[in-house]
Amino acid sequence: MSQLYDCRDAFAQALEEAARNDPRIVVVINDSLGSSKLKGFKTAFPQRLVNVGIAEQNMVGVAAGLANGGKIPFVSGASPFLTARALEQIKVDLAYSQANVKLCGMSSGLAYGELGPTHHSIEDLAWTRAIANLTVIVPADPLETAQAIHEAARVSGPFFLRISRMPVPQVHPADYRFRIGKASWLRQGSDVALIATGVMVARALEAAALLANDGIEATVINMATIRPLDRETVIEVARRTGAIVTVEEHTIYGGLGGAIAEVVVTTYPVPMRILGVPGVFAPTGSPEYLLEHFGLTPAGIRAAALELLKARAQQ
Amino acid sequence: MTQEREDQLTALRKKANLLRQRDLVMIQRAGMGHIGGDFSALDILVTLYFAVLRVDPQHPDAPDRDRFILSKGHCAGALYNTIAEAGFFPTSELETFMKPLSRLNGHPDRTKVPGVEASTGPLGHGLSIGVGAALAARLDGASWRTYVLTGDGELQEGSNWEAAMAAAHYGLDNLTVIVDRNRLQQGAPTEDTIRLEPLADKWRAFGWAVREVDGHDYAALLQALQGEHWEPGRPRCLIAYTHKGQGVSFMCDNVDWHHRVPTPEEAERALQELQEAVRG
Repeated sequence: MSQLYDCRDAFAQALEEAARNDPRIVVVINDSLGSSKLKGFKTAFPQRLVNVGIAEQNMVGVAAGLANGGKIPFVSGASPFLTARALEQIKVDLAYSQANVKLCGMSSGLAYGELGPTHHSIEDLAWTRAIANLTVIVPADPLETAQAIHEAARVSGPFFLRISRMPVPQVHPADYRFRIGKASWLRQGSDVALIATGVMVARALEAAALLANDGIEATVINMATIRPLDRETVIEVARRTGAIVTVEEHTIYGGLGGAIAEVVVTTYPVPMRILGVPGVFAPTGSPEYLLEHFGLTPAGIRAAALELLKARAQQ
Repeated sequence: MTQEREDQLTALRKKANLLRQRDLVMIQRAGMGHIGGDFSALDILVTLYFAVLRVDPQHPDAPDRDRFILSKGHCAGALYNTIAEAGFFPTSELETFMKPLSRLNGHPDRTKVPGVEASTGPLGHGLSIGVGAALAARLDGASWRTYVLTGDGELQEGSNWEAAMAAAHYGLDNLTVIVDRNRLQQGAPTEDTIRLEPLADKWRAFGWAVREVDGHDYAALLQALQGEHWEPGRPRCLIAYTHKGQGVSFMCDNVDWHHRVPTPEEAERALQELQEAVRG
């Protein structure tokens, strides 16, 4: 089994590097120092870390004000509270205002497992991707996380970066170069496409290996940027494979699957399956248990792909 | 009071009177607007833009400018009239207020209108933005100041008190909030809706230095906003007691005029009153 990483480490390290290179970078947190792994940042730049306490609306507004004053704030807090509690501030103070603020939604998706649905953040992509001007990025591994942080620091404008704490392997080669709005092709195959994001990318790759044993060659796409979506890649994938399975650790309403389907049905309609949390609040269980429960596993993805191909053949 | 000061006060009063007339015409033309709150805030805005703020309409993005954030974004009409008069954009553009494709929305848009520091509209956003701006100045050791104008009903939004706590915690004495205490919100008096009083005590309890003034008294406003006699190390709260619809007798303190548009006859009467006031 390959080595697993917590992407928050890459996040924190990249942020420190970026802050060393750019004195405008500051961090705003909501008592989330430890959960964001930013103790090192605080030691390195004590003046440049603003803790507003448990106050998400204020946190986002303060970040907008810091940006007005010429700073580049990275806001880091648990994704369920950051996005849900401060959604109006995200819409108005950041996106509508084109504020140069980078939201880092930590421990997103089902990562808080046993803590329950109050702490799950399985709607954050739907909420954020509905907002104009907001760039929405879900890194899949440590390398991509670090590069996404550096890109967010470099490119002006409001960002939402969805960062998990669930362990993931490195899925990209060392020479990978993340680009905003560009999907990465991790495997080429003409029978079916698996389009995944975040922690599901590694699982989609494993599913492709299982499908290869079945004699089915799958394309695997890491859709790291949810908005602006790489429409060209989606259309090309639809043309090449004629069948798409999307996989996300998020509700199936309005997330990655919805975004892909919006492109597919209006450009090159092909049959799809959308895997994710099926519009329910999750039962009690560890993150791994919940992924298993919702079929968000290599075996579950394989089964969905096989079912999709069978259904298509019967059409 | 020196003659110079008296002349300044007279000039500011005349300016505000002129801007009330323009705002009235603008709202009448658009058929929309928030005239009551515009008129309660206008003397504060005129004081800020013509006697307090270090801003340069030729360089609206100058890094060391003072920041003014209109948290009560629905009073965009008062802000537009003030900053147009200050030279941020031509006063002729006020004719496009709320017209299709005008950059003068019903609520101010910082990405389109020079001089607008924050896009506001939903209430309870401005003070947090002001706290962030004041923190940025503090980090840079810069001397520019941040001013936020909130409504009073707006203080029912809890986010204000999150921001108030943070400002006091960080000792932001480079931040001033001005509360337009006109005592009326959209549908009723604040005290009949959700009570705010004792408001000054609330700000004090949150760690702010507090002063209370007549928000239509230019001498008092100037003294408070230019004055050095604030307690250092604390953010500043100026509660400005105002009248909704100030300047027009039949609008004054009348909750109906939150966003009512005057009929042509009412507009005529209001203009006449304003013109008489400035002659007198």
